Amino acid sequence: MTPAPTPAAAGKPSFMPRLGLAAVILGTLFFAIAPLLVPTYQISILTEVLIYAVLAMSVDILAGYTGRTPLCLGAVFGVSTYVTVYWTSTMGGSPYTGMMLGILAATLVAAIFAILAIRTTGVYFLLLTLALGMIIWGICLRWTSVTGGENGLRGAVRPAELAAHMPFYYVVFVAVAIITFIMWRFVRSPFGLTLRGIRDSDSRMRSLGYNVSLHMFIAFTVAGVFAGVAGALYAMFNDFVSPSTVALTQSVEGLLMAITGGVGTLFGSFIGALAIIGLENAVSIYTERWQTVLGLVFIFIMIFAPDGILGGIKTLLARKRG
Amino acid sequence: MDRRTFLKSSVALAAVGTVAMPYVARAQGTGPIKIGLMAPLTGVVASGGREMVDGFNMYLDEKGGMMGGRKVELIVEDDGANPDMALQKARRLVEQNGVSMLCGNLLANTGLAVANYVKGNGMPYFIPIIAADELTQRNRIKNVVRVAGYTGSQFPRPLADWCLKQGYKKAATISQDYTFGQEQCGGFCQTFTEGGGTIAGQFWHPLNTSDFSPYLGQLANLGVDVIFAMETGADATRFMQQYSNFGLKGQIPLVGAMNMTDQSVIRTMGSEAEGVIVAAHFAEGSPAPVTKTFVEAHMKKYNKYPSLYGFSMYSGAMWLDEAAKSIGGKVEDREAFLAAVSKTELTGSPLGQTVKLDAYGNPIYDVHIRKVVKNADGKLWNAPIANYPAVSQFWTYNPETYMKQPPYSRDFQGIKKG
Amino acid sequence: MSSLNTFQLLNGLTFAALLFIVASGFTLIFGLLRIVNLAHGALYLLGGYCAYAMASTTGSFMVGILAAMAAVAVTGLILDQGLLRFVRGHELRQVLLTLGVGLVLNDMMLVVFGGDTYTVPAPEFLQGALRFAGMFYPKYRLFVLALGVLIFILLWVLLNKTRLGALIRAGVDDPETIAALGINIRRIFLLTFMLGAALAGLGGAVGGAFLTLYPSADAEILVFSLAVVIIGGRGSLVGAAVGALMVGMLNTVGQVMFPEFAYFVIFGPMAAILAFRPLGLFGRTA
Repeated sequence: MTPAPTPAAAGKPSFMPRLGLAAVILGTLFFAIAPLLVPTYQISILTEVLIYAVLAMSVDILAGYTGRTPLCLGAVFGVSTYVTVYWTSTMGGSPYTGMMLGILAATLVAAIFAILAIRTTGVYFLLLTLALGMIIWGICLRWTSVTGGENGLRGAVRPAELAAHMPFYYVVFVAVAIITFIMWRFVRSPFGLTLRGIRDSDSRMRSLGYNVSLHMFIAFTVAGVFAGVAGALYAMFNDFVSPSTVALTQSVEGLLMAITGGVGTLFGSFIGALAIIGLENAVSIYTERWQTVLGLVFIFIMIFAPDGILGGIKTLLARKRG
Repeated sequence: MDRRTFLKSSVALAAVGTVAMPYVARAQGTGPIKIGLMAPLTGVVASGGREMVDGFNMYLDEKGGMMGGRKVELIVEDDGANPDMALQKARRLVEQNGVSMLCGNLLANTGLAVANYVKGNGMPYFIPIIAADELTQRNRIKNVVRVAGYTGSQFPRPLADWCLKQGYKKAATISQDYTFGQEQCGGFCQTFTEGGGTIAGQFWHPLNTSDFSPYLGQLANLGVDVIFAMETGADATRFMQQYSNFGLKGQIPLVGAMNMTDQSVIRTMGSEAEGVIVAAHFAEGSPAPVTKTFVEAHMKKYNKYPSLYGFSMYSGAMWLDEAAKSIGGKVEDREAFLAAVSKTELTGSPLGQTVKLDAYGNPIYDVHIRKVVKNADGKLWNAPIANYPAVSQFWTYNPETYMKQPPYSRDFQGIKKG
Repeated sequence: MSSLNTFQLLNGLTFAALLFIVASGFTLIFGLLRIVNLAHGALYLLGGYCAYAMASTTGSFMVGILAAMAAVAVTGLILDQGLLRFVRGHELRQVLLTLGVGLVLNDMMLVVFGGDTYTVPAPEFLQGALRFAGMFYPKYRLFVLALGVLIFILLWVLLNKTRLGALIRAGVDDPETIAALGINIRRIFLLTFMLGAALAGLGGAVGGAFLTLYPSADAEILVFSLAVVIIGGRGSLVGAAVGALMVGMLNTVGQVMFPEFAYFVIFGPMAAILAFRPLGLFGRTA
């Protein structure tokens, strides 16, 4: 993705802090109140939005802050889902240990991928991560004795007290709020600023004495941790996992959400997830041609709105003030 | 979010916008019966999914859109051949549309995902196509009933018996690598080896294998009397074509799972498919008068012979209708409705035989051994050549002892070492 | 039961030949235009369906192939002039745009052709099996092998012995200089795009006769082509050939010897190659 139009030199976020704060509060309020206003089924949709927003944010850490667009984080997400479900169903373990193990596994996989991928940039990074994701998919599909193959695994991750949509939603809400705060601190930390420096000029950072490979490795692994968290929550949400959870479409949708929201904006991921999942649900009621709509959204955004919704708003605001 | 409901009773297709409304309470026997029908309308098995919907609609159209004396509101959802999507759609149908029952799905993985969901909430779920053994055996879920369907291992057993009668002693199997395939092969291998045959090799390949040559190469070298193949959809087409192209056709007899020579596969094929033998409850080339009537009606309406998918959904709809009639249309009473479904004996189905469920919710059928032949119109269809009466999912075994053996998997195929 | 022999070797080779035909188009476009065309798989499938439709109505396999190549080349023209022109110069936007195009094309083909499996009817003389060295081998697959070699030779001659080829090669290495020489580089770009698309169409027509056509065939062939190009290196014809051979053979080896890890057998080596030679075996920096 083209980096969002943030003035790279400035250490501060690009637009008025007060406006930003207001938007964050509004967004939080929306997700806090929305489930009280919609019918039961939509609560499960909102839960999905929150989980996918975390995936999209992890994509954004790489795409937006290091300038390298990954197509494998959906698979990393799915690794966590697989391990969590496997732990609770086949091993009969506790869901919370399962989720921890899932996140750990996702982190490990991301670290291995990172070692392989950090030397590449641009489309090569995209293609390599795509291929790495395909390996995960291939293994989940064929390693039948462990993964259940095509049929997947049915789990018992969700505890009985969270069986209803409403309490589960708020658990996810709190978890996602905490994760989002951590991610926000991460991208605003000095480390995050260095990543932006790498995004804008790899060679400059190198000549300034930064260890670019190490920074990339850490960023990739951290993105993996968050994708893993999302995957573990998804295991609890669905109580089920199959190869479609680690398929390429998962990575593609995660990326599309990050882009729709606006890469390099982090919080845009919530807007992106809400837009894409909302659209998917609305469209599938009228037509079976969801795939066409998804494709058209891709084409449209690439041609007309490569900065995404939040990115576009930022540009507009910056133009007005500037 | 704006909520819309997809109505499709008989021909009406109306979209009704409603404001946020708590999900529809169960109204006792008033208004239309809401049925949630899920089928893969996109993805790899889209044509099968389309025929599922056609089959169900064909029955409804014949009955003027009524079941058990009430109008039917059929809500069709695409499961995309993807379990995650199937699960999401099942949730929507139950929690938003307030359906009284779920029905359909094609691939075992979508069916298992939905079954896992209804296990928790008691929603009646009918699966005329999903054949996973488990669902009507060891892990039976009371509200999941296989009306007008069959289990994976049910039909390969009589086929194995028939093979032994032809004097075949040594067999090999090739199958798609998932539960449905493992169960079909398991049924075949167990009966075949218990009758004195041997299995020289088993091959498992992923769904959507474009190139069968690596497997055919190995199959050709085993020196077997017969090959049992379990393929669905595009894999079935490719397998039979490549089997013929590699010169194996005519050398080694090919038998298989019924889905391999289903109309949905052979209607776009040529002579490669001719002569393949499978076992099934339904044979579109059967001379039985009811079957003929049904096949002709289907031909007239959709300009093709009915496939397994169309036939099963048609019969499934008939089954639900009969059960609903017996309780005066009050399908919202789940207990009563499920009990009625279990008790129903289907007499009018296109099979031309009475069908009833065993104690585990799976039907008992007279099974045809059928062969792909060209009919008078020059089209390929399956014609019966032998018959096995009253075949249950447990074959000749005692259900309880049978269920003590592990479920079929790649590692357990019930092969008797002799 | 898991032995490799001449038979399996031939299987790997014939599959590699098809992969080469498809991937050579991919690598041409990638090399010259810097576009990773993720709609390439959809173009393959489109070619297959066109060939099926034309060959079964006219009864001529040849007509089917030509129609497929023409139709897909025109689709390539529309894709390039109608959509990609708006995102020129933005590598990632181009990639993701073609991804969207692939999704739309695939879904539209499902609408038009339904989900049934089709086979492009091969001519009579290519049906059946040849008997040699004590085994049967399908004539059609041998034809695909020969065609792959022929396409390699034709492309090699085109790239190395013609003026157009010289310009394309120069364009791969140094597009600025070519433009500075006053040559209409855009037209060469467009021609290359159409040629690459036509090769996808040819692949679809040829592959559709033995691998059949079905709704997800595009994704499968795309993934294999990606592996070929990543291994071989952007814009390299020899790279595409070597990559196709590797992927074709690894595919056979994987299926026969390590069925549970078949994908790993293909993509593992690819990831390793890319990690150590980020531009592929024959890739050069621009």
